[in-house]
Amino acid sequence: MNLSYSEEYERFRADVRAFLRESWTDQDRAGDPSADEVAASLGSAVRTDGRATEFRKKAIARGYLYRHIPRRYGGSEQPSDPLKATILVEEFKRAAAPFEIMGQGPSMLVPTLLEKGSEEQRVRFVEKTLLGEIRWCQGYSEPGAGSDLASLRTSAVLDGDHWVVNGQKIWTSNAHQADWMFALIRTEPEAPKRDGITYMLIDMRTPGITVRPLREMTGAAHFNEVFFEDVRVPRDSIVGERGRGWYVSKATLKHERALIGNAGIARRSFDGVLLLAQATQVRGRPAIQDPVIRERLAELESRLLAAEYNGYRLLTASAHGNEPALAGMITKLHTSTLAYDIARLAMDISSDHALLAPGERHAPFAGMMVQAYTMYYALALGGGAPNIQRNIIAERGLDLPRDTRAS
Amino acid sequence: MDFGLSEEQVLLKDTIRRYLDAECPTTRVRKVMESADGHDPELWRGLTSLGVTGMIVPAKHGGTGLELLDLALAAEELGWAAAPGPFLANALGTVALLAAGDQEASERWLPAVAAGTSIVSFALAEAIGEWDAAHLETRAESNRLTGEKSLVPFASIADAIAVAAVDATGPGLWIVERGAPGLEITALSGNDMTRRVDRIRLTATPATRIASGRAAIDRTRDAGLILLAADAWAGARRCHHMTTEYAKTRVQFGQPIGSFQGIKHQLADLIADLEPALSLWWYAAHAFDRMPEASARPAALAKAHLGDLFDRAARTSIELHGGIGYTWEYDLQLWFRRAMFDRAFLGEASYHRRRAADLAGW
Repeated sequence: MNLSYSEEYERFRADVRAFLRESWTDQDRAGDPSADEVAASLGSAVRTDGRATEFRKKAIARGYLYRHIPRRYGGSEQPSDPLKATILVEEFKRAAAPFEIMGQGPSMLVPTLLEKGSEEQRVRFVEKTLLGEIRWCQGYSEPGAGSDLASLRTSAVLDGDHWVVNGQKIWTSNAHQADWMFALIRTEPEAPKRDGITYMLIDMRTPGITVRPLREMTGAAHFNEVFFEDVRVPRDSIVGERGRGWYVSKATLKHERALIGNAGIARRSFDGVLLLAQATQVRGRPAIQDPVIRERLAELESRLLAAEYNGYRLLTASAHGNEPALAGMITKLHTSTLAYDIARLAMDISSDHALLAPGERHAPFAGMMVQAYTMYYALALGGGAPNIQRNIIAERGLDLPRDTRAS
Repeated sequence: MDFGLSEEQVLLKDTIRRYLDAECPTTRVRKVMESADGHDPELWRGLTSLGVTGMIVPAKHGGTGLELLDLALAAEELGWAAAPGPFLANALGTVALLAAGDQEASERWLPAVAAGTSIVSFALAEAIGEWDAAHLETRAESNRLTGEKSLVPFASIADAIAVAAVDATGPGLWIVERGAPGLEITALSGNDMTRRVDRIRLTATPATRIASGRAAIDRTRDAGLILLAADAWAGARRCHHMTTEYAKTRVQFGQPIGSFQGIKHQLADLIADLEPALSLWWYAAHAFDRMPEASARPAALAKAHLGDLFDRAARTSIELHGGIGYTWEYDLQLWFRRAMFDRAFLGEASYHRRRAADLAGW
């Protein structure tokens, strides 16, 4: 174990800093759009304007972004180095410079195309997705197919050179802004349910697609319902073989869980709650002086540190070519539960003022810390409800027998 | 940066695991538990030959000069096996000697510790709940100690005890040898009989001063917190492992109970909290070794968190087993009791969380 930065890495950090000083100025920073937390957690609030794209291209050329993606598809193709990756995250964050776009396109679709896509699909989509020039949404869930995703019914039949798609998707994050959708569509109605699904790329401008926003309990609308009525999709828009889409998507879901399992969200909430406890006067003293609050903060910090160090552990393991299955599988459940408990502490610190809505200026921190209490569900439910995560951990991680009714 | 174990460390763990699997099954654990002094000299010799007793003793004193992280990996393996005996007591005594740095005492005791021929323990607590050098009543005057110490691990078999006491200049550490005049040892009946604790009374007992100030006392306590966290992690994993295996074979309603989501979800929740917590004590041990000025807080947080998790793992495991888990005969109770020890020894979780809050300057 060695947590110090050797001279090589200190030099690397200095290089990154110098690059950022030159290439991302105060003026560039001033153009940053304000981002809300859910959008940030799903990675859709990052800048994708012309200036940001120009900057990302420079950073890719220097080998700083998309290090695991081949050059011919728009990445910088660097050897895996968890420490350099960590330094880059730290320095880009410090400079408030555009980093890798983290949405479902780069995090879920790109790895899938690299693994299962055709050469033509990779060339056409990967680089533009990495630069935010093509934005994606994920068409998986349906009203009747949530936890039991494989029972999905949105269907497509071949008609000449096109698939004709009919049906409905739901919980589609950012469908209202997306250019394309990667979707699971039933193409083989006679096959057993998992063997009748095809992974399809659908242009959201195709006639017959209707997007309707779904308002969440926070009041915001990041999700949508998407309706398909005789939508004609070119025949070659499928990834992998026809009828094998379920297995193609397996790789993608794994990537989504890793995305949502990132401890960064919990870290931001914890730092916010600590400030809230220091700044909020409750019954004549700062909340931070209450021994119960102090104890709860320390308990939450232990869990947060465990999540962060576990991240280092996973990075180290992957740098050595190991896949620590269990330690990776649990991150989403662990960090989303933690984020909830942090938000619950923000409620308790805010005392009776926790009943005030986000944005109300008489609430401590304008209610923004308390807002996380409802926003937690975006973390906990995205990519599969907590009980589905528990089933996966138990069956794949602990090798417990499958539920006989669920197969 | 490398947040993982070296090949040597993996090998070390594996060697201790294989030795304890072969030599320390729970039948032997139970035998030692039921013995008068809770000490099995043959087991101790075995651990000595694997280098456990001399692990952190410098090479010049006959040890292997490794670090607390290595010792914590040994603690993990002993915790997995519920190995009985004075490992923790002796580790505390060794850290106390090392932290004190008194040359004469080091030459006298460390080679014997490494050779497994002497056991050195550590005495800190007096009143309930105080594990802090700021709250000592035991007085030193002209190299004689007077006072009472509670919860001293394996005092009755120790060849020497590093005793925290105060004199006119403040706190410090003194070595009291076995059989010293005025030393009275009373064995206490504990919940976990694999790790014994005693009460000692000192009446003008001759002692040798080895450290002035509280630094060596703090350092020893922090090492103890980390070793307990490692033990707790392994104990919790063992409970989880036993229960997962049981759930695969125990059949009710015509199927293994592990196919029921009620069982699956509790085991999944537990492992989701346990698995990342490994890195908490790894980090604390690494900080102790390489960032001593910043190691008190990670040690406190690790001990508090892992102690609670061990308790939860043991309780959940017994519940998931049903009645069989509540019997004396079934081995889960061994770890349930060790969880009670790990949570309480050196102070309960909320005490250390409040210390961590103070140390952060909140």
